[in-house]
Amino acid sequence: MSLNAKIPSGRLAEKWSNHIKDIKLVNPNNKRKYRIIVVGTGLAGASAAATLSELGYQVECFCYQDSPRRAHSIAAQGGINAAKNYQNDGDSVYRLFYDTIKGGDFRSREANVYRLAEISTNIIDHCVAQGIPFAREYGGYLANRSFGGAQVSRTFYARGQTGQQLLLGAYSALCKQIEGGGVTMRPRTEMLDLVVIDGHAKGIVVRDLVSGKITSHVADAVVLATGGYSNVYDLSTNARGCNVTAAYRAYKKGAYFANPCFTQIHPTCIPISGDYQSKLTLMSESLRNDGRIWVPKKKGDDRPPNEIPEEERDYYLERKYPSYGNLAPRDIASRSAKEVCDQGHGVGPGGFGVYLDFKDAIQRLGRQVIKERYGNLFEMYRNITGENAYEVPMRIYPATHYTMGGLWVDYNLMSNLPGLFVIGEANFSDHGANRLGASALMQGLADGYFILPYTIGDYLATQRQPRPSSDHSAFKEAEKNVSEQTKCFLSIQGERTVQSFHRELGTIVWNLAGMARNEAGLKEALTKIPELRNEFWRNVKVPGDDDTINQQLEKAGRVADFLEFAELLCYDALTREESCGGHFREEHQDDNGEAIRDDATFSHVSAWEFQGNDAKPTLHQEPLEYTEVKMATRSYK
Amino acid sequence: MDLKLKVWRQKNPESPGGLVDYDATGVNPDMSFLEMLDVVNEGLIEKGEDPIAFDHDCREGICGSCSLTINGIPHGPQKAIATCQLHMRHFENGQTVVIEPFRARPFPVMKDLIVDRGRFDQIIEAGGYISARTGSAPEANSIPIPKQTTDRAMDAAECIGCGACVAACPNASAMLFVGAKVTHLNSMPQGRPERDRRVLKMVASMEEAGFGNCTNTFECVAACPKEIKGEVMAQMYRDYVKALFRQAIRPE
Ligand SMILES: Cc1cc2nc3c(=O)[nH]c(=O)nc-3n(C[C@H](O)[C@H](O)[C@H](O)COP(=O)(O)OP(=O)(O)OC[C@H]3O[C@@H](n4cnc5c(N)ncnc54)[C@H](O)[C@@H]3O)c2cc1C
Ligand code: FES
Repeated sequence: MSLNAKIPSGRLAEKWSNHIKDIKLVNPNNKRKYRIIVVGTGLAGASAAATLSELGYQVECFCYQDSPRRAHSIAAQGGINAAKNYQNDGDSVYRLFYDTIKGGDFRSREANVYRLAEISTNIIDHCVAQGIPFAREYGGYLANRSFGGAQVSRTFYARGQTGQQLLLGAYSALCKQIEGGGVTMRPRTEMLDLVVIDGHAKGIVVRDLVSGKITSHVADAVVLATGGYSNVYDLSTNARGCNVTAAYRAYKKGAYFANPCFTQIHPTCIPISGDYQSKLTLMSESLRNDGRIWVPKKKGDDRPPNEIPEEERDYYLERKYPSYGNLAPRDIASRSAKEVCDQGHGVGPGGFGVYLDFKDAIQRLGRQVIKERYGNLFEMYRNITGENAYEVPMRIYPATHYTMGGLWVDYNLMSNLPGLFVIGEANFSDHGANRLGASALMQGLADGYFILPYTIGDYLATQRQPRPSSDHSAFKEAEKNVSEQTKCFLSIQGERTVQSFHRELGTIVWNLAGMARNEAGLKEALTKIPELRNEFWRNVKVPGDDDTINQQLEKAGRVADFLEFAELLCYDALTREESCGGHFREEHQDDNGEAIRDDATFSHVSAWEFQGNDAKPTLHQEPLEYTEVKMATRSYK
Repeated sequence: MDLKLKVWRQKNPESPGGLVDYDATGVNPDMSFLEMLDVVNEGLIEKGEDPIAFDHDCREGICGSCSLTINGIPHGPQKAIATCQLHMRHFENGQTVVIEPFRARPFPVMKDLIVDRGRFDQIIEAGGYISARTGSAPEANSIPIPKQTTDRAMDAAECIGCGACVAACPNASAMLFVGAKVTHLNSMPQGRPERDRRVLKMVASMEEAGFGNCTNTFECVAACPKEIKGEVMAQMYRDYVKALFRQAIRPE
């Protein structure tokens, strides 16, 4: 079946402004009669909750952390893009739009991406008005830096803590609304089910993570802003608590999950040091500007790096991509690292690492210059590894960083379930098969501040569904299911910890559906994952009770969902028989190892519909049509 | 290496807590402190015991979730890092490590090492914002702001809201936390219209929440993982006095 994205008619550049004109409005006096649930307080959720409350809606907002300010968006480092053209270097809305479409390897929706680029400038205006201390030049005007995938300098930043500052801005706006009574904030509360009545999303069921109480929350519309699912790999650059639970349980209630196999692997992370590893730390890609990447030519060479002579080193990126060298794009750099490590050339514990060497740069530019450019990163590296990168090369390895897939939404950011809106990293987003740096923050804030507050009004003004009471049988049934699942986890009393299952799952998905995928591997994953899931439900051990803080119980629910979701991811990867962006199918590459897209067959969004626990999901396609850009092949030789 | 842990265990806010001994064996020096606790917890679960509860999320020193007092020092012995950034190579084989929650009356213990820091949110709700309705902003570059001004605001805005300052202070004062937000917002031109209301309301909220007074011991500054400077407290005090004065001569 073909999905209707409800893209407004008209010229690309006029779609959004026309749409705003056509959109139905809710009378200001009526707004306060509507109740909206926002799950998530990251950039997307906090900005949406604050703005909806400013408009007069009653908002109830949820997050699993102890404070909305701690959402994972806080960790974003590099910056946020906007087509301001302050550098006079030829940037424009069109160029940002084009870069994003091309970066996404022509697998995103043209009209959404154009709107994103258009709104990007309003975001910066608004964030400055909130007092966000963006970096400035001596003249007092805003400064920019450049980022991968763009030839202009359009990234706004606040030191290495852009996400933190943007989130604190959205959080402060949210706090103002909480104080004013427009938002009821429920921290340490986890959404465990979506309630759908007569086809419309009407509320959620949550567990209070302190008291263990399971309660229903009714609304006229539900907004999910629950972030990405990188932690399906167990180890990723995401915060430990990031999960797929809210999105996945909405999927089980009928929302379509789009492009789950589009995941992004970041090439420069600090490698795993042992099996106790709990997360992977990202280091800015800018390091590749001056560092040279190599591995020993001899397999299993365990000499200290400085004792390996020049002629016994393989600078594999420089060798394979002479013109881009160490600056090859994220996916290519990541895959090449995996390749050399799989061949036995990897360095460090377990052989999963490559060297990033600054010796030449230090000789050429002096230690001081390197310190000025990367001092904080060298410090961070030393803090984690105990090694001094001025003296010995850094060790790096790729890690999962971002997920482009997510719940399917139309142009109004509404899922196929009326009344369920999905924003931020949780939706299948505007990034196609690959996201460009500094574009996730832009998308989260565009969705939350400037798009959803309009489009949700259109739904509320036109829908005629009464708001049910929380005694409705659909809520009672959802509460019962959630509480049974909780009790079930505690009753299994098997032999293995939740984390041991998460680690094993992560290893399967990383090895078979990570940086490179092939048919045999994906099929293997599709048999191993259900086996592991079966064992989980027989043999997991969750200690404690369900009426106090129980972090193992929380994690059990998240891992249970990952154990199902991983299968969907692999199935999507198996059916997408082409290579595009972060999805690299080994069968679809040219002689030089470059990805081969199949535009004739796969120029669509794959949106999956849940059909039951043991049944295959049904595929719905949204065809992708490009009216203003020509599809082109990427080349970085 | 092997360590002897003494960990604060407390079932819930009502029940009394106490230190319990655990052995952490085979600790790898490359582990982070929280990974060491993860491994201890895995062992406890396997033995059928309740694992140690502690707050954490980003594990890279930015979300402000982690909150342990290690050998009497909030966030442990290393300077300018949060607990999650502390690594085991800074400990010695055989060492005894005492792990307690952040202790302060306004931060009641909820379970084991988890405390309730909700009062920090309340202080921000009282005035830690600039009222700028979405859609009302002028062009971003219409107000130039000297680089030194934003740099100073940014120094203060780096606060991660972890509460180590309160835990370190003998009076459980939240002056560093409040001072940091006041300094950030009051030094930006966009924050000027509300600067008096902001500081008055935030200080009132801080006092109401039961945080103590500052007696200039500067333990807060020593414990801060982001090295927020003590001068933010002076700025807050100045702004407060000026606001009181202006209010007295020209009430709102
Ligand atoms: C290390 C790192 C650096 C990055 N740097 C950049 C960068 O420089 N530029 C850029 O553009 N992007 C960057 N990104 C990506 C970007 O940070 C994220 O994509 C973005 O912040 C996601 O925002 P969000 O609002 O969608 O979700 P999140 O910030 O992840 O928020 C999710 C929210 O949902 C809540 N939640 C989740 N599940 C539930 C549930 N079941 N019940 C209740 N609440 C729930 C959480 O509590 C949280 O409040 C980076 C990512 C990482 C990991
Ligand atoms: S876990 Fe986020 S600051 Fe320590």
